[in-house]
Amino acid sequence: MKTFTVSLLLVFTLLTSGCQADDDYGEHEEGWRFLHKQRDVAAVEDPLYKEECGSCHLAYPPGLLPGSSWEKIMTRLDDHFGDNAELEPAVQKRLTTYLLMHSAERSDYRRSRRIMRSTNEANAPLRITELRYFKHEHDEIPPRLITGNEKVSSLSNCNACHPRAEQGFFSDREIRIPGYGAWDD
Amino acid sequence: MKYTIPIIIILGLSAPTVMAGTTTVEQLLESYRQQGAHEFDNRAGEKFWQQSFRDKKNGKTRSCTSCHTQNLSNPGRHVKTRKRIEPLSPTVNPERLSDIRKVKKWFRRNCKWTLGRECTAQEKGNVLLYLQSQ
Repeated sequence: MKTFTVSLLLVFTLLTSGCQADDDYGEHEEGWRFLHKQRDVAAVEDPLYKEECGSCHLAYPPGLLPGSSWEKIMTRLDDHFGDNAELEPAVQKRLTTYLLMHSAERSDYRRSRRIMRSTNEANAPLRITELRYFKHEHDEIPPRLITGNEKVSSLSNCNACHPRAEQGFFSDREIRIPGYGAWDD
Repeated sequence: MKYTIPIIIILGLSAPTVMAGTTTVEQLLESYRQQGAHEFDNRAGEKFWQQSFRDKKNGKTRSCTSCHTQNLSNPGRHVKTRKRIEPLSPTVNPERLSDIRKVKKWFRRNCKWTLGRECTAQEKGNVLLYLQSQ
């Protein structure tokens, strides 16, 4: 009976600590990674961000760019890569705060850290697709699968090939290129 | 019979939305009148909706239909990002024209993109009337 109770306790402890690690996965990434589906950057959770930024394009996870880039983007919303994306001042302020709190340098997730390691913050690009790390990760894909692929059309369209991009998953295993299928690096 | 209660609930939830749609448009039209607009015209709204405007920077033409397509009951597609846009017709999509802040936000942004300037109160009123009738 005693052995049983002890093992039950052990199992319980393991399970609960596992759950906890899941909550702050970012901080305990190395130790607990084997227990989780691998999230590459933090998921987009803010409903206002999803609503305001996600109407026209994927609500890009904030951990994909350094804060300095987000800051510049948010001060030029009247010319947002050629489009007008103006927000009410209060909304703009709130979203800027959200982005800066979750930008790549404030995140411990795997890919955010790699993005930061390979980016010179002083002249970080405004586009995720122009990050050195991003380019490196996508340089082997032939253009016919991206720009020449009607269902993808641009590398900015993350979720065309990474179905759970907004949830922060970018693993090779999950890649499905429309009209082509899995991508084996 | 077992669906009676869910149906009552759904009706109860949707009725205020439809009503809110009407009052939202009316409130906006009233504010446009106060800004100097006159009688609003559904057909002028439709014409404006279809009209093409030339972009000064790249010379290409743009119109409301570039993204929202010719049929307001169908979903549209953002011309650049290709993201789906839910149908604009309030008949098909009762959420449309029910939130003043959203209507104002999208008029400001989309007029600037399409025409290169904000729309006038008259133009916005005409378009609202047209959209509401769809």
